[in-house]
Amino acid sequence: MSNNQQPNNPKLNLWRDVRFWRFAGQFLAVLIAAIVVAILWGNLNRNLQQLGIQPGFGFLNSQAAFDIGETLISYAPSDTYSRALLVGLVNSLRVMVVGIILTTIVGITAGIARLSDNWLVRKLALVYVEIFRNTPLLLQLLFWYFAVFLTLPKVENPISVLGFIRLSQNGLELPGIQFSPEFSTLLIGITLYTGAFIAEIVRGGIQSVSRGQWEAAASLGLKPGLAMRLVIFPQALRVIIPPLTSQYLNLAKNSSLAVAIGYPDIYLVASTTFNQTGRAVEVMLLIMTIYLTISLIISLVMNLFNKSVQLKER
Amino acid sequence: MQEQKPIVIAQDVHKWYGKFHVLRGVSLTVNRGEVLVIMGPSGSGKSTFIRTFNALEEYQKGKIEIDGITLGHDLRNIEAIRREVGMVFQQFNLFPHLTVLQNITLAPIWVRKRSKAKAEETAMQLLERVGILEQAQKYPGQLSGGQQQRVAIARALAMQPKIMLFDEPTSALDPEMVREVLDVMLQLAQEGMTMVVVSHEVSFAREVASRVILMDSGLIVESGTPDEFFQRPQSERTRQFLSQIL
Repeated sequence: MSNNQQPNNPKLNLWRDVRFWRFAGQFLAVLIAAIVVAILWGNLNRNLQQLGIQPGFGFLNSQAAFDIGETLISYAPSDTYSRALLVGLVNSLRVMVVGIILTTIVGITAGIARLSDNWLVRKLALVYVEIFRNTPLLLQLLFWYFAVFLTLPKVENPISVLGFIRLSQNGLELPGIQFSPEFSTLLIGITLYTGAFIAEIVRGGIQSVSRGQWEAAASLGLKPGLAMRLVIFPQALRVIIPPLTSQYLNLAKNSSLAVAIGYPDIYLVASTTFNQTGRAVEVMLLIMTIYLTISLIISLVMNLFNKSVQLKER
Repeated sequence: MQEQKPIVIAQDVHKWYGKFHVLRGVSLTVNRGEVLVIMGPSGSGKSTFIRTFNALEEYQKGKIEIDGITLGHDLRNIEAIRREVGMVFQQFNLFPHLTVLQNITLAPIWVRKRSKAKAEETAMQLLERVGILEQAQKYPGQLSGGQQQRVAIARALAMQPKIMLFDEPTSALDPEMVREVLDVMLQLAQEGMTMVVVSHEVSFAREVASRVILMDSGLIVESGTPDEFFQRPQSERTRQFLSQIL
C-alpha cells in the first residue's frame, strides 16, 4: 500500500507551501512597482537636466501677476502663485460641493419619477435621462453658456422664476446670493449631466428591492410614499451607494471642464500658472495631487456611509 | 348588531392574468372568530384569492366586502381595509434594514400615529407572546426562519387587525421550525382571532379550523368542517387531493 498523502509532514518543501507563494507574489509585485517608479523618476530627472530645468516648488512664492475673475477669498494680482491656486481650489470646491448636493436631489427625483405610475412624469424623466446622458458634457456646458446665459436679458430687467430666482446676463441671483454666469453654467451643466446617470442608478436600486417588501409595507397600511421612504429606499441605498460614489467622483473631476467657459477653478488657475512659469511637471503634479486628495476624501466619506447602510446578517 | 355581520363577503369573484382565468367566480363568507383553512394544488388560485382581501391583487368582476367596506378602486377604502387586515407571507418579507422591534413598531407609529414609547411597549408584549422577546434588538437576517415568521406575525398583530391572512406561512420553513410557527397560530386561533389560512398543514386544519376549503382551477370545490372535509369529502377532486397529501 503506497500512501502519497503526508498530512502532518513537518518538513514541507518550500515550493509546495502555499504560504511561501502568497508571500513571494506580494514581494514580486512590490519589486516590479519599485523598478518601474525608479526608471520613470530617473528618466524625468535626466530629461529635465538636459533642458536645464531645476525641478522645485520655489516658484509658488513668486508674484502671480494675473487677475482672477471670481474669488471667494481675498486675492489681488500682486499675491503669490500659491494664493492664486488656493483661490482656484476654493472655487473648485464650491462648485463640487454645491454640485454634489444638487445632483443628488435631481438624480433621486428623476430616478423615482422614472418609476412613477403617471405616464407623463415617467416619460419626461426618461427624456431628461436620455438627452443628458447621451450628449457630451463639454457640449452641454457650451450650450448653457452661449445659448442660455449669454442670451439672457440685461441685468436691468431680469427673468424672474418663482418670484425669488432672478436670471440675467449677470448670472443667477437668489435673495442674498449672486452666482456668476460662469459658475451658474458649470453648476447647472455638471448637475444635470451627473443627475441623469444618478437617476438610472437610483431606478436600478429601487427595482432591486423585492416586490415582497412593497407588499409587506402595503399590507401594513403604509401608503406608497411612506413605503418608499421608510422601507424601499433605505434598502435601495445598499445598491445605489457604490455606483453613486463613482458619479460623485466623475462630477468632481468633470468640474475641470470649467476651463471651457472661463470659470476660474483650480485647473484654469493652474494652467495659467504653468503657461507663465513653464513649470509643467510641478504644476501637473500639484493639481493631480489635489484632485486625487479630493477624490479620496469623497471615496472615504462614501465608504463610511456605505458601511452604515449594509445589512447585518449575523 | 353590526358585530354579527360576516367580516368577509366575497361574491362571484373573477380575476384574469392576461388571458389566464385565475379566479372563476369564487364566493365565500367568513364570520368573525372563524378559522378558515384553504387547501388546493399550486396554481389553483388560493393565494391569489386571499390576496384580493387586502387589495394586493385586483379583481375584475364580482364584489368583495371586508368589515362592511367595499373593496373596489376607492383608494381610501383600500387604505382603510389594509389597516384592519393583517397578512403573513410565505417569504416572511420582514424589513431587513430594521431591527425586530423597529419592524413591529413601524406601522403603528407611522400609520396609527402611536407614540414610539407606546408602540414599543405593545411590540414587547407581542414579542413575548410569540416567544422571542430576547431577539428584539436583532436584525431579521440574524434570526432563524421560524423566528422570522413569528416576528412577521407579531408585526401584523401590532396593527390590531380584525382579521389575519396567512399565505402558506410554513411552506418556506425547515421542517423542525414548522411547529413553533403553528403553535403561535394555534394560540392566536384560541384567543378568538379571525383567520384565513392558506396551508397544507393537515394537523393544524384538523386541530383548529372551523372550516376547511379546497380550491381547484379558480373555484371552491369543497367546503366543510374538518371532520366532513377529511372523513366524508363530497367531491371526487377532494378525495383525489387528500389521497396525495395524507
